[in-house]
Amino acid sequence: MSTTAVNLRQSRAAAFWYSNTGKKIVMAVTGAILFIFVIGHMLGNLQIFQGPERINSYGRFLHNLGEILWAERIVLLSAVVLHIIATVQLALRNKAARPIGYSRRDAINSSYASRTMYWSGPIVLAFVIFHLLHLTAGMIVPGAAFIEGDVYHNVVSGFQVWWVSAWYILAVCLLGLHLRHGIWSMFQSVGVNHPRYMPLLKQAAMWIAAVIVLGYISIPISVLLGLVK
Amino acid sequence: MTIDSKIPSGPIEKAWEKTRFDLKLVNPANKRKHTLIVVGSGLAGASAAATLGELGYNVKCFCFQDSPRRAHSIAAQGGINAAKNYQNDGDSVYRLFYDTVKGGDFRAREANVYRLAEISVHIIDQCVAQGVPFAREYGGALTNRSFGGAQVSRTFYARGQTGQQLLLGAYQALERQVRAGTVAMYPRTEMLDLIVIDGKARGIITRHLVTGEIETHFADAVILGTGGYGNVYYLSTNAKGSNATAIWRAHKRGALFANPCFTQIHPTCIPVSGDYQSKLTLMSESLRNDGRIWVPLKKGDKRPPNEIPEAERDYYLERRYPSFGNLVPRDVASRNAKAVCDEGRGVGETGLGVYLDFSDAIARLGRHVIEERYGNLFDMYQRITDEDPYKVPMRIYPAIHYTMGGLWVDYLLQSTIPGLFVIGEANFSDHGANRLGASALMQGLSDGYFVIPYTVGNYIASNKFPKVDASHPEAQAAISCVQQITDKLLSIKGKRTVDSFHRELGKIMWDYCGMSRNAESLKTAIGQIRALREEYWQNVNVPGSDNDINQSLEKAGRVADFFELGELMCIDALQRNESCGGHFREEYQTPDGEAQRDDEHYSYVAAWGWRGQGNSPELFKEPLEFHYVHPSQRSYK
Amino acid sequence: MKLTLKVWRQKSPGEKGAFVTYPMDNVNPDMSMLECLDVLNESLSARGEEPVAFEHDCREGICGSCGFMINGVAHGPERATTVCQLTMRHFKDGEELLIEPWRAYSFPLIKDLVVDRRAFDRIIAAGGYVSVSTGNAPEANGIPVGKEVADRAMDAAACIGCGACVAACPNAAAALFTGAKVAHLSVLPQGKVEANRRALAMVAQMNEEGFGNCTNIGECTGVCPKSIPLEVIARMNRDFLRASFKRREEPLATITPVYDWKEKTE
Repeated sequence: MSTTAVNLRQSRAAAFWYSNTGKKIVMAVTGAILFIFVIGHMLGNLQIFQGPERINSYGRFLHNLGEILWAERIVLLSAVVLHIIATVQLALRNKAARPIGYSRRDAINSSYASRTMYWSGPIVLAFVIFHLLHLTAGMIVPGAAFIEGDVYHNVVSGFQVWWVSAWYILAVCLLGLHLRHGIWSMFQSVGVNHPRYMPLLKQAAMWIAAVIVLGYISIPISVLLGLVK
Repeated sequence: MTIDSKIPSGPIEKAWEKTRFDLKLVNPANKRKHTLIVVGSGLAGASAAATLGELGYNVKCFCFQDSPRRAHSIAAQGGINAAKNYQNDGDSVYRLFYDTVKGGDFRAREANVYRLAEISVHIIDQCVAQGVPFAREYGGALTNRSFGGAQVSRTFYARGQTGQQLLLGAYQALERQVRAGTVAMYPRTEMLDLIVIDGKARGIITRHLVTGEIETHFADAVILGTGGYGNVYYLSTNAKGSNATAIWRAHKRGALFANPCFTQIHPTCIPVSGDYQSKLTLMSESLRNDGRIWVPLKKGDKRPPNEIPEAERDYYLERRYPSFGNLVPRDVASRNAKAVCDEGRGVGETGLGVYLDFSDAIARLGRHVIEERYGNLFDMYQRITDEDPYKVPMRIYPAIHYTMGGLWVDYLLQSTIPGLFVIGEANFSDHGANRLGASALMQGLSDGYFVIPYTVGNYIASNKFPKVDASHPEAQAAISCVQQITDKLLSIKGKRTVDSFHRELGKIMWDYCGMSRNAESLKTAIGQIRALREEYWQNVNVPGSDNDINQSLEKAGRVADFFELGELMCIDALQRNESCGGHFREEYQTPDGEAQRDDEHYSYVAAWGWRGQGNSPELFKEPLEFHYVHPSQRSYK
Repeated sequence: MKLTLKVWRQKSPGEKGAFVTYPMDNVNPDMSMLECLDVLNESLSARGEEPVAFEHDCREGICGSCGFMINGVAHGPERATTVCQLTMRHFKDGEELLIEPWRAYSFPLIKDLVVDRRAFDRIIAAGGYVSVSTGNAPEANGIPVGKEVADRAMDAAACIGCGACVAACPNAAAALFTGAKVAHLSVLPQGKVEANRRALAMVAQMNEEGFGNCTNIGECTGVCPKSIPLEVIARMNRDFLRASFKRREEPLATITPVYDWKEKTE
């Protein structure tokens, strides 16, 4: 090596976005936003066990937030978009980084969850689109008619269709897998890793992911078992 | 030719300071107009190239590896000495100087050694500033250990990877200069000849190891930091690629070769296990701080070590050297190991090994302490031998490790060819007949960071450099000489592989010019080497071509040089009718089997001049004078 | 013992490569993987065939020259071991070993098992040092460095630059290598001074080289001969993040990667 030719890079923000490390930080931050949403959404949904009144009034409460709801939706949507754009760009770079593949490569140190982020992510996305069309927009109506404002009815009638529940359970399990790696990984991406706390964080990630999965799937399962009617 | 060592007059404490003042300086603005070639990127080469780059010279640095960071300095384990006296245990520049001259068995130049000791303290400062993570005390101060027979703790270390960390420091400094544009790095490029024009070193011929291209590079001075020649023995602790080609071809262009027979045998290596063996693995000498060395009292005792009772063990170093015990210098420890094995008391399947036993230390200090001190070494031993040294004693045996000899240089590190400077292990200057532990790293960095920048500057400032290019007849002659060797090697297409010749040469050298030598065996060796060389040039088989990576061809050229160098080593050993340091002549020993020096007749540096193939080399003697440390029989009893 | 080696042979980057099968009848369990290749090469040479080109030098696990994939794992089945110290006793009699070079865009193949790793040198050249010229140094004990800090720096500095991390990473990322140098220098007071500049420069160079990105999965640390922890990557990310906000100077220039060997400066 003897050349030290120089390419000038763009502005600071552009340079940040251009670099892999910068994009990963964007993914971590957007991931964190979506994670918080996932928690909030679950806590909201679990109110279904407290009866139709409770969950329907929660739905009205959210709708009455007006601009705040839209602000939240915009934040979430931007997070999703950025998360996806960064992922796609990084995935393309990763592909380019190894143009000739191995004839054999064994994984010896990584978790199943971490290796399947590229699968779990898009499937969860597909589910989210379905889910919005089903329960927010009412454009997909698998069960009894969609009643605007009657969250309880819409949920229960939807989940009484076995494949809706199955699809939901599958997607939530994949979401759990995604989070099991994502929860600690976002700390790593923004530079937080301590040999004493990282193993605890990884443990915690697993438990949190498990709780989220259980929390969400308790709803369709209860509906299918007839506990929630 | 007369050789002038240029040792400054006056008191030794002021010699280097005075010299530095006397050396001429190059105008800062002119430095970039001067191109300097540095061959080798180990501690000496990388530190020299980086420092010369920092000063503003236009530097070209060459290494045969894929990256300068691979140079074999990286494998040094134990540490680096410096006379900091941080431990308040009575160390000083003078004591380090004294120990090194004495340890070298009074065959080194006092002035060089004094300078080395003086500079040692600056090396530590420099390395710490570069971010070398030396071991520390809890309070944040640097810590030391005692090493290799020194009675003060002056060795700085970074776990068992001191060489690695120092080399990475120098490598990083080098890469910084590459970035700055002052150093151009040429990896995978091997120097095959020196271009001497009008009596001055003006460039080198290289072969690119990927494209096979033969290239010329010109400069105003050439600095060789290409390491030692231990691989003449085939099996050594050197890297497989370590070779003598650069210094040997410079020797054939007129540089004298000094003390070639001074080779160091390291006492603590993992013994040879089979004839496939490609190299020997060193276990750090620091192990001797806690391990006890023994062999069974009885010959041919094949019982497992743990079944041999205390009374039937011979802790021979402790018995023979009560005051130093297991910590005697390397040459003494190695020779004694060979002696007990020659008596038939060696251990292991081959009978070439002695035990290094930690059971007492584990009982005294607890396993965790031993683990903390030597954990990585124990792991390495287990990885290689599949034996657990916490439970069974290690088996060790001496192996070729370092070569004190090398190209002759004066006090300014210039060889007998003006403009050709030689640094680090490649020169002969500082260690006499035996090198003390943790001194090689010190010398490499001292030469590279703190000596060569001044002395090369002086040479540049004192000479004129007419422009030369590849059309010069000397350059053309060197190119065709290199091309001929390559063509010849590829065209022989004989029956034997390069490695089989190299192994055989190594065996001759080890058997006859190894840990102990005698006139008879040396003569035998010379005869055998000549015959083998003859055969080599008729019967070697080098497959492949010369226009891509051809590792057989690379080896073939290096082995060709090892034959000639091996012969010179034997000639030198034969000429030196005394025992000193690593050179043990069986005819010259004290009644109790210690090395017997002959200061009256052999207190000189033997510098050999090449007189062409088939002619015996010419011997020049540089007398050694000792004004400060008076030669005495080394005693470690 | 008997083994079958399936070795990737490729004469040059332009030519097509393929696995070639070599049965080995007389493998000593005590020999290293490289010595096993030596034995193979001796027999190939004796037959007048070209030996397998592979990189090696110190053969004691520290120079970082050697390395290839054995059965899909960088440096083979033993953890924290380079192929030069991997003894054959770790394989079963009769086993087949698939030997393949490192594969990454930034490590172009040169021949057989030899790849070009100059990208690593350029990442170091971009900023992997303390900018202190010879002679600048203060007294070594002038700045105290706590033992824990020194140990942490040493853990990261142990990297041998072999490239196994890149080879094992599904994304061919160089985060562990780069992170190791960033972490080594930025935890020490000597290196902290220019930590921001270093992180930005080294990360920028790492991108410029075309390495993939880190997905925090940890394959790299699993194959690393020196067991460098993932923590160093977090350190790099943190330094990069902080530097991106803090640094006041102009954006950084990177070094243009050169893969050609004919590039001349004269």
